[in-house]
Amino acid sequence: MTRLSVVDVARHYGRRKALSQISFSCQAGEIVGLLGPNGAGKSTLLNILATLLQPSRGSVTYGEQTSADGAAVRAQIGMLGHDLFLYPELTARENLEFFGHLYGVTDARATARRALERAHLADRADDFVSGFSRGMRQRVALERALLHDPRFILLDEPFTGLDQSSTAALVARLQERQQAGCVIVLATHDLDVADSVLSRAIYLKDGRIVGTDTDTRGLIDRYRRVIQS
Amino acid sequence: MSGFFRVAWQVMRKDMTVEVRSLEILSTTLFFAVTVVLMFSFGLVTDGRPADNVAPAILWVSIAFSGTLALGRTFERERQNDTLRALMLAPADRPALYVGKLAGILLLLGLVEAILVPLVGLLFNAPVITQAVPLALLLMAGTVGFCAVGTLFAAMLVRARSRDVLLPIMLYPMTVPVMIAGVRGTAALFSPSPDQAVVQFWLSLLVAFDVVFVVLALWTFEPVMTD
Amino acid sequence: MTRGMTLMMAVAALMFAYAPFMIDNAPYEATMGLVYKIYFFHMPSAWMFLTAAITAGVASFRLLFLKRPRADHWVMAAAELAVLFGAFTLVTGPLWARKAWGVWWVWDARLTSSLMLFLIFVAYSLLRKYGGPGSDKLGAGLALFGMANVPFIYVSVNYWRTFHPPTSVVPTLPVEMGIPLWYCVFAFTLLFIVLLRLRARLEHQRERLEELYLAEDEA
Repeated sequence: MTRLSVVDVARHYGRRKALSQISFSCQAGEIVGLLGPNGAGKSTLLNILATLLQPSRGSVTYGEQTSADGAAVRAQIGMLGHDLFLYPELTARENLEFFGHLYGVTDARATARRALERAHLADRADDFVSGFSRGMRQRVALERALLHDPRFILLDEPFTGLDQSSTAALVARLQERQQAGCVIVLATHDLDVADSVLSRAIYLKDGRIVGTDTDTRGLIDRYRRVIQS
Repeated sequence: MSGFFRVAWQVMRKDMTVEVRSLEILSTTLFFAVTVVLMFSFGLVTDGRPADNVAPAILWVSIAFSGTLALGRTFERERQNDTLRALMLAPADRPALYVGKLAGILLLLGLVEAILVPLVGLLFNAPVITQAVPLALLLMAGTVGFCAVGTLFAAMLVRARSRDVLLPIMLYPMTVPVMIAGVRGTAALFSPSPDQAVVQFWLSLLVAFDVVFVVLALWTFEPVMTD
Repeated sequence: MTRGMTLMMAVAALMFAYAPFMIDNAPYEATMGLVYKIYFFHMPSAWMFLTAAITAGVASFRLLFLKRPRADHWVMAAAELAVLFGAFTLVTGPLWARKAWGVWWVWDARLTSSLMLFLIFVAYSLLRKYGGPGSDKLGAGLALFGMANVPFIYVSVNYWRTFHPPTSVVPTLPVEMGIPLWYCVFAFTLLFIVLLRLRARLEHQRERLEELYLAEDEA
């Protein structure tokens, strides 16, 4: 059962509370947005969800598993970070094949090829990533995150620096994954896009949840009201 | 098991691919090592003749210095674009990442040593050709020991502040036995009548160090790298 | 401070106060005159240095492998004491050596191993101070490696100068000197235990304080 459950998660650094009293859960087929100003703790929460960071308190459950299950739970998680996690000195194909092998995908070469086609970059497959635009890199990075067909997809500011068509492509891919029954959590500033894509919004401020919304129409106004209150 | 070595191999292959394209770390490390050899030579050569027994020390110290730089820069590459996180996210045995990185840096330093040894042989009339095999064994064992500790420390320090100076601070005291064994073993090899027993003693010490510290590094890699 | 600690501290203080008299009464050694009496403080200090190092190693193991976060307090405390007693040992040693052997320093196994171990703990302190968040685990890794390294350092330095192991440089002491020596060892041990517990407790209190601070504005 694809269900992400976060119970009373907190993360402290000495006296600084990066996150406190975070509790929520997501079902299959939901796209949940983490919205909030800079420093609200969105990236910290995503890192905890990705098992890259241990919470100081609380627990996260992925279906039947927790982060203590190590590699087994990591096989279910795909993350697209703000820095994209790509090697600029390798070609798009090499990046995807490398991560395919690393993530234990059965036929890395074929999977990488399919991923390149989905990203509409098959013609640029053998070009170095360093020469790609932000939008193109994003597409490769997204496919990299999805190579091993994870059930839980985490995205940190995925819409930054994207033009209209790239944004639309990203949204389409996410919606396709949503149909396939994945749980998608994304942190973003971009309220316009969020408006059309999210099934649910969680508002974070100073490390706490200050509101949630299941009806995301008029998100911008509601965000402004909730965050600035 | 096969998954472990597959992951390690892929990491090493990726590092080699990246390095071959630019040759940045190899060429700069090599040049740095040569500079260190020359600088020590200027310090230790009086009246146009080198002081006795300096060749082994110069060789090993320059490997230590240039190795430290190479280690730092290999992991610096994983900081760019945060790819270290992508590696840690992989559903793979974390120690396999360590082994892959270690193998890559060993290959790189091996190439540096392949140039450095003839250079030292030339500058100091050291019998590097006649003693090539035992010397190679000593260098391999010593480099493995140095890099086993160095790879772990460099990985640990990726997200730390002041990491570029903390790496040598942590690494040099820890690898003193490698230096001592390497230099004394090489000195025994370069002496007019090499004592095989002595060389074998130092070589066995190095191998023991390698085994202990590679195993220790494999055990501690995961706990130390998880936040 | 608990009553036990206060008692220990009082006893240690009294013992140290009396120690100079005890040492004064110990017979003079044949060749060295007064200076050899440094040994009465130097040797216990060296033992405490080694004990501190081992404590740090064991606590590091507990932190990393038994996943006990509190063990970090003990690592910090033990590492600091290792630097303290190590520095004391490395200063009193050469003072003694100058008179005994005519040189400030010899590169024998014991001294050089101590120096290396001392450097490892200085490196630990630098790492904790300047490494930023997460350096508790990094430091534990360093301390653990340091512990594992002790036999290697010792063996390599031992065989470094000549291939044949040198004879021990520690003089054997006649019995009348044994009593003040053990007295000092006992005093130093008490001091070590008190300092270790106090320092670890300081870290513990600091963590408790932070927890309280953090809990303060939880609803």
